Amino acid sequence: MDTEKPFVDIRHAQKSYGSLEVLKDISLKVNRGEIVAIIGPSGSGKSTLLRAINDLDPLTGGEVWLEDVQVNKTLPHRQYEKHINHVRQNIGMVFQHFNLFPHLNVRENITLAPRMLKGLTVDEANTLAEEQLDKVGMLERIDYYPSQLSGGQKQRVAIARALAMKPKVMLFDEATSALDPELVEEVNLVMKKLAEEHMTMIIVTHEMGFAESVCDRVLFMDQGVVVEEGPPSVIFRNPENERTKNFLRKHLASNKE
Amino acid sequence: MGLDFSVVPDYLDVIFLGALWTIAITVGAAVLSFFGGIFFAVIALYAPTLVRLPLRAFEWLFMGTPLLLQLFLIYFGLVQIGIDLPAFVAGVVGLGLHFAVYNSELIQTAIVAVDKGQMEAARTVGLSRGQALRKVVIPQAVRDVIPPIGNNMIALLKDSALVSVIGVTELTLSAQLAIGRTYRPFEFYVVAALFYYIINLGMEAVLRRIERRVQAAR
Ligand SMILES: Nc1ncnc2c1ncn2[C@@H]1O[C@H](COP(=O)(O)OP(=O)(O)O)[C@@H](O)[C@H]1O
Ligand SMILES: [Mg+2]
Repeated sequence: MDTEKPFVDIRHAQKSYGSLEVLKDISLKVNRGEIVAIIGPSGSGKSTLLRAINDLDPLTGGEVWLEDVQVNKTLPHRQYEKHINHVRQNIGMVFQHFNLFPHLNVRENITLAPRMLKGLTVDEANTLAEEQLDKVGMLERIDYYPSQLSGGQKQRVAIARALAMKPKVMLFDEATSALDPELVEEVNLVMKKLAEEHMTMIIVTHEMGFAESVCDRVLFMDQGVVVEEGPPSVIFRNPENERTKNFLRKHLASNKE
Repeated sequence: MGLDFSVVPDYLDVIFLGALWTIAITVGAAVLSFFGGIFFAVIALYAPTLVRLPLRAFEWLFMGTPLLLQLFLIYFGLVQIGIDLPAFVAGVVGLGLHFAVYNSELIQTAIVAVDKGQMEAARTVGLSRGQALRKVVIPQAVRDVIPPIGNNMIALLKDSALVSVIGVTELTLSAQLAIGRTYRPFEFYVVAALFYYIINLGMEAVLRRIERRVQAAR
Protein backbone atom coordinates (compact mmCIF):
# COMPACT_ATOMS: atom_id res chain seq x y z
CA MET A 1 0.00 0.00 0.00
CA ASP A 2 1.22 3.43 -0.93
CA THR A 3 0.82 5.26 2.34
CA GLU A 4 3.15 8.04 1.22
CA LYS A 5 0.78 9.37 -1.41
CA PRO A 6 -0.57 12.65 -0.01
CA PHE A 7 -4.26 13.03 0.66
CA VAL A 8 -4.28 16.78 0.23
CA ASP A 9 -1.60 18.08 -2.08
CA ILE A 10 -1.02 21.77 -2.62
CA ARG A 11 1.54 22.39 -5.33
CA HIS A 12 3.17 25.78 -5.77
CA ALA A 13 0.15 27.72 -4.61
CA GLN A 14 0.32 31.32 -5.67
CA LYS A 15 -2.26 34.00 -5.00
CA SER A 16 -2.27 37.71 -5.77
CA TYR A 17 -4.76 40.46 -5.25
CA GLY A 18 -3.64 42.90 -7.91
CA SER A 19 -0.01 43.65 -7.12
CA LEU A 20 -0.31 42.23 -3.58
CA GLU A 21 1.16 38.75 -3.48
CA VAL A 22 -0.57 36.92 -0.65
CA LEU A 23 0.69 33.38 -1.25
CA LYS A 24 4.17 32.95 -2.70
CA ASP A 25 4.72 29.49 -4.06
CA ILE A 26 3.47 27.41 -1.15
CA SER A 27 3.50 23.62 -1.30
CA LEU A 28 1.92 21.45 1.35
CA LYS A 29 1.25 17.74 1.44
CA VAL A 30 -1.06 16.28 4.04
CA ASN A 31 -1.42 12.54 4.50
CA ARG A 32 -4.61 10.69 5.33
CA GLY A 33 -5.35 11.04 9.02
CA GLU A 34 -2.71 13.68 9.51
CA ILE A 35 -3.43 16.81 11.50
CA VAL A 36 -1.64 19.95 10.45
CA ALA A 37 -1.71 23.28 12.24
CA ILE A 38 -1.04 26.54 10.45
CA ILE A 39 0.11 29.38 12.65
CA GLY A 40 1.41 32.83 11.87
CA PRO A 41 0.72 36.52 12.28
CA SER A 42 -2.47 38.12 11.05
CA GLY A 43 -2.38 38.82 7.32
CA SER A 44 0.25 36.16 6.59
CA GLY A 45 -2.09 34.28 4.23
CA LYS A 46 -3.32 31.44 6.44
CA SER A 47 -7.00 31.88 5.59
CA THR A 48 -6.23 32.40 1.93
CA LEU A 49 -4.31 29.13 1.82
CA LEU A 50 -7.05 27.25 3.65
CA ARG A 51 -9.76 28.72 1.48
CA ALA A 52 -7.81 27.78 -1.65
CA ILE A 53 -8.20 24.13 -0.71
CA ASN A 54 -11.94 24.16 -1.41
CA ASP A 55 -11.56 26.94 -3.98
CA LEU A 56 -13.47 29.50 -1.96
CA ASP A 57 -10.59 31.85 -2.82
CA PRO A 58 -9.29 30.53 -6.14
CA LEU A 59 -5.52 30.47 -6.58
CA THR A 60 -3.89 32.54 -9.28
CA GLY A 61 -1.25 29.86 -9.75
CA GLY A 62 -0.51 26.31 -8.70
CA GLU A 63 -2.64 23.26 -8.08
CA VAL A 64 -4.70 21.77 -5.29
CA TRP A 65 -5.33 18.03 -5.28
CA LEU A 66 -7.59 15.97 -3.07
CA GLU A 67 -6.68 12.31 -3.51
CA ASP A 68 -6.69 11.79 -7.29
CA VAL A 69 -8.82 14.79 -8.11
CA GLN A 70 -7.53 18.20 -8.98
CA VAL A 71 -9.74 20.65 -7.13
CA ASN A 72 -8.92 23.76 -9.15
CA LYS A 73 -8.76 22.26 -12.61
CA THR A 74 -9.59 24.33 -15.66
CA LEU A 75 -13.05 23.60 -17.03
CA PRO A 76 -15.79 25.52 -18.79
CA HIS A 77 -17.86 27.44 -16.25
CA ARG A 78 -20.85 25.11 -15.99
CA GLN A 79 -18.76 21.98 -15.81
CA TYR A 80 -16.48 23.58 -13.29
CA GLU A 81 -19.42 24.50 -11.04
CA LYS A 82 -20.62 20.91 -11.12
CA HIS A 83 -17.15 19.63 -10.40
CA ILE A 84 -16.45 22.00 -7.52
CA ASN A 85 -19.82 21.45 -5.85
CA HIS A 86 -19.05 17.78 -5.87
CA VAL A 87 -15.51 18.23 -4.57
CA ARG A 88 -16.68 20.52 -1.78
CA GLN A 89 -18.90 17.80 -0.36
CA ASN A 90 -15.66 16.05 0.57
CA ILE A 91 -14.14 19.06 2.29
CA GLY A 92 -15.69 20.24 5.54
CA MET A 93 -15.01 23.80 6.59
CA VAL A 94 -15.48 25.55 9.90
CA PHE A 95 -15.40 29.34 10.07
CA GLN A 96 -14.37 31.75 12.78
CA HIS A 97 -17.86 33.26 12.88
CA PHE A 98 -19.72 29.92 12.61
CA ASN A 99 -21.90 31.03 9.69
CA LEU A 100 -24.83 28.94 10.81
CA PHE A 101 -28.01 29.60 8.87
CA PRO A 102 -30.02 31.78 11.27
CA HIS A 103 -33.38 31.13 9.63
CA LEU A 104 -33.06 27.37 10.12
CA ASN A 105 -33.05 25.47 13.37
CA VAL A 106 -30.17 23.24 14.37
CA ARG A 107 -31.68 20.17 12.75
CA GLU A 108 -32.35 21.99 9.48
CA ASN A 109 -28.88 23.52 9.47
CA ILE A 110 -27.46 20.03 9.44
CA THR A 111 -29.92 18.31 7.12
CA LEU A 112 -30.15 21.00 4.44
CA ALA A 113 -27.19 19.92 2.35
CA PRO A 114 -27.50 16.14 2.83
CA ARG A 115 -31.14 16.29 1.83
CA MET A 116 -30.55 18.49 -1.20
CA LEU A 117 -27.36 16.89 -2.42
CA LYS A 118 -27.51 13.31 -1.30
CA GLY A 119 -31.25 12.83 -1.61
CA LEU A 120 -31.73 11.58 1.93
CA THR A 121 -35.29 11.05 3.10
CA VAL A 122 -36.54 13.07 6.04
CA ASP A 123 -36.03 10.10 8.36
CA GLU A 124 -32.54 9.35 7.12
CA ALA A 125 -31.59 13.01 7.40
CA ASN A 126 -32.97 13.22 10.93
CA THR A 127 -31.03 10.16 11.99
CA LEU A 128 -27.92 11.67 10.48
CA ALA A 129 -28.50 14.96 12.28
CA GLU A 130 -29.00 13.18 15.59
CA GLU A 131 -25.79 11.16 15.14
CA GLN A 132 -23.73 14.20 14.33
CA LEU A 133 -25.23 16.31 17.10
CA ASP A 134 -24.67 13.55 19.59
CA LYS A 135 -21.03 13.48 18.56
CA VAL A 136 -20.60 17.18 19.36
CA GLY A 137 -22.78 17.00 22.46
CA MET A 138 -25.57 19.14 21.06
CA LEU A 139 -28.36 16.61 20.63
CA GLU A 140 -30.62 18.19 23.20
CA ARG A 141 -30.55 21.48 21.26
CA ILE A 142 -31.73 19.96 17.98
CA ASP A 143 -34.85 22.15 17.79
CA TYR A 144 -33.17 25.40 18.84
CA TYR A 145 -32.40 28.26 16.52
CA PRO A 146 -28.81 29.53 16.27
CA SER A 147 -29.78 32.78 18.00
CA GLN A 148 -30.67 30.73 21.07
CA LEU A 149 -27.19 29.18 21.35
CA SER A 150 -23.91 30.32 22.88
CA GLY A 151 -20.88 30.81 20.65
CA GLY A 152 -19.38 27.49 21.67
CA GLN A 153 -22.63 25.71 20.98
CA LYS A 154 -22.94 27.40 17.60
CA GLN A 155 -19.47 26.28 16.65
CA ARG A 156 -20.17 22.71 17.70
CA VAL A 157 -23.30 22.74 15.54
CA ALA A 158 -21.26 24.16 12.67
CA ILE A 159 -18.82 21.28 13.05
CA ALA A 160 -21.72 18.81 13.05
CA ARG A 161 -23.06 20.45 9.91
CA ALA A 162 -19.75 19.96 8.15
CA LEU A 163 -19.42 16.37 9.40
CA ALA A 164 -22.89 15.49 8.14
CA MET A 165 -21.54 15.56 4.59
CA LYS A 166 -19.04 12.84 5.60
CA PRO A 167 -16.05 14.88 4.45
CA LYS A 168 -12.64 13.36 3.84
CA VAL A 169 -10.86 16.35 5.29
CA MET A 170 -11.85 19.11 7.70
CA LEU A 171 -10.58 22.68 7.49
CA PHE A 172 -10.75 24.93 10.54
CA ASP A 173 -10.17 28.67 10.18
CA GLU A 174 -9.64 30.03 13.69
CA ALA A 175 -12.61 28.08 14.93
CA THR A 176 -12.24 29.36 18.49
CA SER A 177 -10.98 32.92 17.93
CA ALA A 178 -14.42 34.51 18.19
CA LEU A 179 -15.33 32.66 21.37
CA ASP A 180 -15.29 33.85 24.95
CA PRO A 181 -12.36 32.14 26.69
CA GLU A 182 -14.59 29.89 28.79
CA LEU A 183 -16.24 28.49 25.65
CA VAL A 184 -13.05 27.56 23.84
CA GLU A 185 -12.53 24.26 25.61
CA GLU A 186 -15.82 22.65 24.55
CA VAL A 187 -14.95 23.25 20.90
CA ASN A 188 -11.38 22.05 21.39
CA LEU A 189 -12.72 18.86 22.92
CA VAL A 190 -14.80 18.17 19.83
CA MET A 191 -11.78 18.73 17.62
CA LYS A 192 -9.71 16.43 19.80
CA LYS A 193 -12.35 13.77 19.44
CA LEU A 194 -12.14 14.08 15.66
CA ALA A 195 -8.38 13.76 15.94
CA GLU A 196 -8.79 10.52 17.87
CA GLU A 197 -11.00 9.25 15.06
CA HIS A 198 -8.15 10.03 12.64
CA MET A 199 -9.99 12.69 10.69
CA THR A 200 -7.62 14.48 8.35
CA MET A 201 -7.54 18.08 9.51
CA ILE A 202 -5.92 21.34 8.62
CA ILE A 203 -6.28 23.81 11.44
CA VAL A 204 -5.50 27.51 11.34
CA THR A 205 -5.20 28.53 14.95
CA HIS A 206 -3.78 30.99 17.45
CA GLU A 207 -3.88 28.46 20.23
CA MET A 208 -0.41 27.10 20.53
CA GLY A 209 -1.24 24.80 23.42
CA PHE A 210 -4.03 23.17 21.49
CA ALA A 211 -1.92 22.88 18.34
CA GLU A 212 0.88 21.27 20.33
CA SER A 213 -1.41 18.71 21.92
CA VAL A 214 -3.35 17.52 18.85
CA CYS A 215 -1.31 18.25 15.76
CA ASP A 216 1.21 16.05 14.00
CA ARG A 217 2.83 18.92 12.20
CA VAL A 218 2.95 22.69 12.47
CA LEU A 219 3.51 25.22 9.70
CA PHE A 220 4.59 28.71 10.55
CA MET A 221 3.57 31.18 7.83
CA ASP A 222 4.65 34.75 7.42
CA GLN A 223 4.11 37.13 4.50
CA GLY A 224 2.81 34.47 2.17
CA VAL A 225 5.51 31.86 2.68
CA VAL A 226 5.96 28.86 4.94
CA VAL A 227 8.86 30.00 7.02
CA GLU A 228 9.31 26.85 9.02
CA GLU A 229 7.54 23.55 9.48
CA GLY A 230 8.00 20.50 11.65
CA PRO A 231 6.60 18.51 14.55
CA PRO A 232 5.06 20.64 17.29
CA SER A 233 7.81 19.73 19.73
CA VAL A 234 10.36 21.32 17.43
CA ILE A 235 8.37 24.33 16.24
CA PHE A 236 7.15 25.30 19.70
CA ARG A 237 10.19 24.24 21.78
CA ASN A 238 13.11 24.60 19.42
CA PRO A 239 12.32 26.75 16.41
CA GLU A 240 15.28 27.52 14.18
CA ASN A 241 14.06 30.55 12.31
CA GLU A 242 14.29 34.00 13.90
CA ARG A 243 10.83 34.98 12.62
CA THR A 244 9.28 31.90 14.21
CA LYS A 245 11.02 32.63 17.50
CA ASN A 246 9.88 36.24 17.43
CA PHE A 247 6.32 35.33 16.63
CA LEU A 248 6.11 32.75 19.40
CA ARG A 249 7.71 35.05 21.92
CA LYS A 250 5.30 37.88 21.12
CA HIS A 251 2.39 35.52 21.08
CA LEU A 252 3.19 34.01 24.44
CA ALA A 253 3.67 37.45 25.91
CA SER A 254 0.34 38.73 24.66
CA ASN A 255 -1.42 35.60 25.86
CA LYS A 256 -0.22 36.12 29.40
CA GLU A 257 -1.83 39.52 29.76
CA MET B 1 -81.17 66.62 2.91
CA GLY B 2 -79.66 65.22 6.09
CA LEU B 3 -77.81 61.98 6.54
CA ASP B 4 -79.84 58.83 6.37
CA PHE B 5 -78.12 55.52 6.93
CA SER B 6 -81.36 53.57 6.80
CA VAL B 7 -80.82 52.90 3.07
CA VAL B 8 -77.55 51.13 3.78
CA PRO B 9 -78.85 47.69 4.87
CA ASP B 10 -80.59 47.19 1.51
CA TYR B 11 -77.26 47.45 -0.24
CA LEU B 12 -75.10 45.67 2.31
CA ASP B 13 -74.99 42.51 0.19
CA VAL B 14 -73.69 44.53 -2.78
CA ILE B 15 -71.09 46.26 -0.64
CA PHE B 16 -70.12 43.01 0.99
CA LEU B 17 -69.61 41.33 -2.38
CA GLY B 18 -67.52 44.31 -3.41
CA ALA B 19 -65.41 43.87 -0.30
CA LEU B 20 -64.85 40.23 -1.19
CA TRP B 21 -63.62 41.26 -4.65
CA THR B 22 -61.31 43.79 -3.05
CA ILE B 23 -59.90 41.06 -0.82
CA ALA B 24 -59.50 38.71 -3.78
CA ILE B 25 -57.69 41.33 -5.86
CA THR B 26 -55.50 42.35 -2.95
CA VAL B 27 -54.52 38.81 -2.01
CA GLY B 28 -53.88 37.83 -5.64
CA ALA B 29 -51.84 40.94 -6.35
CA ALA B 30 -49.97 40.65 -3.03
CA VAL B 31 -48.90 37.09 -3.79
CA LEU B 32 -47.88 38.08 -7.32
CA SER B 33 -45.99 41.13 -6.06
CA PHE B 34 -44.16 39.04 -3.45
CA PHE B 35 -42.91 36.28 -5.73
CA GLY B 36 -42.55 38.71 -8.63
CA GLY B 37 -40.48 40.93 -6.34
CA ILE B 38 -38.11 38.07 -5.54
CA PHE B 39 -37.92 37.11 -9.20
CA PHE B 40 -37.13 40.66 -10.34
CA ALA B 41 -34.59 41.10 -7.56
CA VAL B 42 -32.70 37.97 -8.58
CA ILE B 43 -32.70 39.05 -12.22
CA ALA B 44 -31.57 42.55 -11.34
CA LEU B 45 -28.69 41.21 -9.24
CA TYR B 46 -27.56 38.12 -11.09
CA ALA B 47 -28.86 37.96 -14.64
CA PRO B 48 -26.67 38.87 -17.61
CA THR B 49 -27.05 42.39 -19.00
CA LEU B 50 -29.12 41.16 -21.92
CA VAL B 51 -31.84 40.05 -19.51
CA ARG B 52 -31.36 42.91 -17.08
CA LEU B 53 -31.88 45.76 -19.52
CA PRO B 54 -35.44 44.82 -20.56
CA LEU B 55 -36.24 44.52 -16.86
CA ARG B 56 -34.94 48.04 -16.33
CA ALA B 57 -37.34 49.37 -18.96
CA PHE B 58 -40.10 47.43 -17.31
CA GLU B 59 -39.17 48.85 -13.91
CA TRP B 60 -39.20 52.35 -15.28
CA LEU B 61 -42.65 51.77 -16.73
CA PHE B 62 -44.02 50.55 -13.40
CA MET B 63 -42.27 53.06 -11.15
CA GLY B 64 -42.32 56.11 -13.38
CA THR B 65 -45.89 56.14 -14.67
CA PRO B 66 -49.29 56.32 -12.93
CA LEU B 67 -50.79 53.02 -11.85
CA LEU B 68 -54.00 54.09 -13.53
CA LEU B 69 -52.25 54.29 -16.89
CA GLN B 70 -50.67 50.90 -16.30
CA LEU B 71 -54.09 49.37 -15.66
CA PHE B 72 -55.47 50.94 -18.84
CA LEU B 73 -52.49 49.69 -20.77
CA ILE B 74 -52.90 46.13 -19.53
CA TYR B 75 -56.67 45.99 -19.87
CA PHE B 76 -57.36 48.03 -23.01
CA GLY B 77 -53.94 48.19 -24.63
CA LEU B 78 -52.90 44.56 -24.62
CA VAL B 79 -56.06 43.55 -26.49
CA GLN B 80 -54.53 45.08 -29.61
CA ILE B 81 -51.69 42.60 -29.50
CA GLY B 82 -54.06 39.73 -28.86
CA ILE B 83 -53.86 39.54 -25.08
CA ASP B 84 -57.42 39.88 -23.89
CA LEU B 85 -57.47 39.61 -20.10
CA PRO B 86 -60.64 39.59 -18.01
CA ALA B 87 -60.86 42.80 -15.96
CA PHE B 88 -60.18 40.99 -12.69
CA VAL B 89 -57.05 39.31 -14.05
CA ALA B 90 -55.85 42.55 -15.62
CA GLY B 91 -56.33 44.26 -12.27
CA VAL B 92 -54.41 41.61 -10.34
CA VAL B 93 -51.60 41.59 -12.91
CA GLY B 94 -51.36 45.38 -13.01
CA LEU B 95 -51.37 45.87 -9.25
CA GLY B 96 -49.18 42.81 -8.71
CA LEU B 97 -46.47 43.85 -11.16
CA HIS B 98 -46.59 47.45 -9.97
CA PHE B 99 -45.88 46.44 -6.41
CA ALA B 100 -43.51 43.66 -7.45
CA VAL B 101 -41.21 46.36 -8.75
CA TYR B 102 -41.30 48.16 -5.40
CA ASN B 103 -40.82 44.91 -3.47
CA SER B 104 -37.92 44.04 -5.75
CA GLU B 105 -36.07 47.17 -4.67
CA LEU B 106 -36.44 46.20 -1.02
CA ILE B 107 -35.44 42.59 -1.61
CA GLN B 108 -32.38 43.52 -3.68
CA THR B 109 -31.06 45.68 -0.90
CA ALA B 110 -31.73 42.93 1.63
CA ILE B 111 -30.03 40.23 -0.47
CA VAL B 112 -26.91 42.35 -0.78
CA ALA B 113 -26.97 42.94 2.98
CA VAL B 114 -27.02 39.24 3.93
CA ASP B 115 -23.67 38.34 5.46
CA LYS B 116 -21.27 37.00 2.81
CA GLY B 117 -20.42 34.16 5.17
CA GLN B 118 -23.87 32.71 4.56
CA MET B 119 -23.24 32.17 0.87
CA GLU B 120 -19.77 30.85 1.67
CA ALA B 121 -21.03 28.37 4.24
CA ALA B 122 -23.68 27.14 1.82
CA ARG B 123 -21.18 26.77 -1.02
CA THR B 124 -18.76 25.00 1.30
CA VAL B 125 -21.14 22.14 1.99
CA GLY B 126 -21.56 21.73 -1.76
CA LEU B 127 -24.67 23.74 -2.62
CA SER B 128 -24.64 25.45 -6.00
CA ARG B 129 -25.00 29.20 -6.18
CA GLY B 130 -28.64 28.87 -7.15
CA GLN B 131 -29.38 26.42 -4.35
CA ALA B 132 -27.62 28.65 -1.86
CA LEU B 133 -29.62 31.67 -3.00
CA ARG B 134 -32.88 29.77 -2.84
CA LYS B 135 -32.41 28.04 0.49
CA VAL B 136 -30.08 30.30 2.43
CA VAL B 137 -29.71 33.87 1.15
CA ILE B 138 -33.16 34.77 -0.19
CA PRO B 139 -35.15 33.43 2.77
CA GLN B 140 -33.03 35.54 5.09
CA ALA B 141 -33.28 38.61 2.88
CA VAL B 142 -37.05 38.30 2.65
CA ARG B 143 -37.38 37.93 6.41
CA ASP B 144 -35.41 41.12 6.89
CA VAL B 145 -37.85 43.15 4.76
CA ILE B 146 -41.17 41.74 5.88
CA PRO B 147 -42.16 44.98 7.67
CA PRO B 148 -41.56 47.30 4.67
CA ILE B 149 -43.09 44.76 2.30
CA GLY B 150 -46.07 44.74 4.65
CA ASN B 151 -46.34 48.51 4.22
CA ASN B 152 -46.35 48.03 0.47
CA MET B 153 -49.16 45.53 0.83
CA ILE B 154 -51.25 48.02 2.79
CA ALA B 155 -50.64 50.55 0.02
CA LEU B 156 -51.66 47.86 -2.46
CA LEU B 157 -54.97 47.37 -0.68
CA LYS B 158 -55.71 51.08 -0.95
CA ASP B 159 -54.65 51.26 -4.59
CA SER B 160 -56.88 48.31 -5.42
CA ALA B 161 -59.71 50.87 -5.63
CA LEU B 162 -58.18 52.00 -8.95
CA VAL B 163 -59.18 48.69 -10.46
CA SER B 164 -62.76 50.01 -10.45
CA VAL B 165 -61.88 52.07 -13.54
CA ILE B 166 -61.55 48.96 -15.64
CA GLY B 167 -64.89 47.72 -14.41
CA VAL B 168 -64.13 45.33 -11.58
CA THR B 169 -66.98 45.67 -9.11
CA GLU B 170 -64.79 45.87 -6.05
CA LEU B 171 -65.58 47.81 -2.91
CA THR B 172 -65.30 51.33 -4.28
CA LEU B 173 -67.25 50.60 -7.46
CA SER B 174 -69.91 48.75 -5.44
CA ALA B 175 -70.35 51.79 -3.25
CA GLN B 176 -70.66 53.92 -6.36
CA LEU B 177 -73.32 51.65 -7.77
CA ALA B 178 -75.28 51.94 -4.54
CA ILE B 179 -74.86 55.70 -4.65
CA GLY B 180 -76.13 55.77 -8.24
CA ARG B 181 -79.33 54.18 -7.08
CA THR B 182 -79.84 56.07 -3.82
CA TYR B 183 -78.06 59.41 -4.30
CA ARG B 184 -76.48 58.95 -0.87
CA PRO B 185 -72.74 59.41 -1.52
CA PHE B 186 -71.75 60.31 2.03
CA GLU B 187 -73.38 57.28 3.59
CA PHE B 188 -71.99 54.75 1.18
CA TYR B 189 -68.50 56.20 1.04
CA VAL B 190 -68.41 56.05 4.81
CA VAL B 191 -69.58 52.45 4.74
CA ALA B 192 -66.96 51.61 2.11
CA ALA B 193 -64.32 53.33 4.20
CA LEU B 194 -65.37 51.24 7.16
CA PHE B 195 -64.96 48.06 5.11
CA TYR B 196 -61.50 49.16 3.94
CA TYR B 197 -60.62 49.81 7.53
CA ILE B 198 -61.71 46.33 8.58
CA ILE B 199 -59.79 44.66 5.75
CA ASN B 200 -56.80 46.77 6.70
CA LEU B 201 -57.00 45.57 10.29
CA GLY B 202 -57.17 41.98 9.06
CA MET B 203 -54.09 42.47 6.90
CA GLU B 204 -52.15 44.02 9.71
CA ALA B 205 -53.03 41.11 11.96
CA VAL B 206 -51.81 38.64 9.36
CA LEU B 207 -48.59 40.60 8.87
CA ARG B 208 -47.94 40.71 12.60
CA ARG B 209 -48.39 36.96 12.82
CA ILE B 210 -45.91 36.42 10.01
CA GLU B 211 -43.42 38.75 11.67
CA ARG B 212 -43.76 36.94 14.97
CA ARG B 213 -43.28 33.58 13.35
CA VAL B 214 -40.00 34.54 11.77
CA GLN B 215 -38.81 36.39 14.84
CA ALA B 216 -37.29 33.28 16.46
CA ALA B 217 -35.39 32.47 13.31
CA ARG B 218 -33.08 35.44 13.09
N1 LIG C 1 -10.39 39.89 -1.03
C1 LIG C 1 -9.19 40.42 -0.77
N2 LIG C 1 -8.75 41.48 -1.49
C2 LIG C 1 -7.54 42.01 -1.24
N3 LIG C 1 -6.68 41.57 -0.33
C3 LIG C 1 -7.06 40.52 0.42
C4 LIG C 1 -8.32 39.88 0.23
N4 LIG C 1 -8.42 38.87 1.12
C5 LIG C 1 -7.27 38.87 1.81
N5 LIG C 1 -6.45 39.85 1.39
C6 LIG C 1 -5.11 40.14 1.91
O1 LIG C 1 -4.38 38.96 1.87
C7 LIG C 1 -3.49 38.89 2.97
C8 LIG C 1 -3.66 37.56 3.67
O2 LIG C 1 -4.93 37.51 4.24
P1 LIG C 1 -5.41 36.26 5.09
O3 LIG C 1 -5.20 35.03 4.28
O4 LIG C 1 -6.79 36.54 5.53
O5 LIG C 1 -4.41 36.27 6.31
P2 LIG C 1 -4.52 35.53 7.70
O6 LIG C 1 -5.64 34.55 7.64
O7 LIG C 1 -3.20 34.88 7.88
O8 LIG C 1 -4.74 36.60 8.73
C9 LIG C 1 -3.78 40.09 3.84
O9 LIG C 1 -2.82 41.06 3.57
C10 LIG C 1 -5.13 40.55 3.36
O10 LIG C 1 -5.27 41.93 3.52
MG1 LIG D 1 -7.43 34.51 8.78
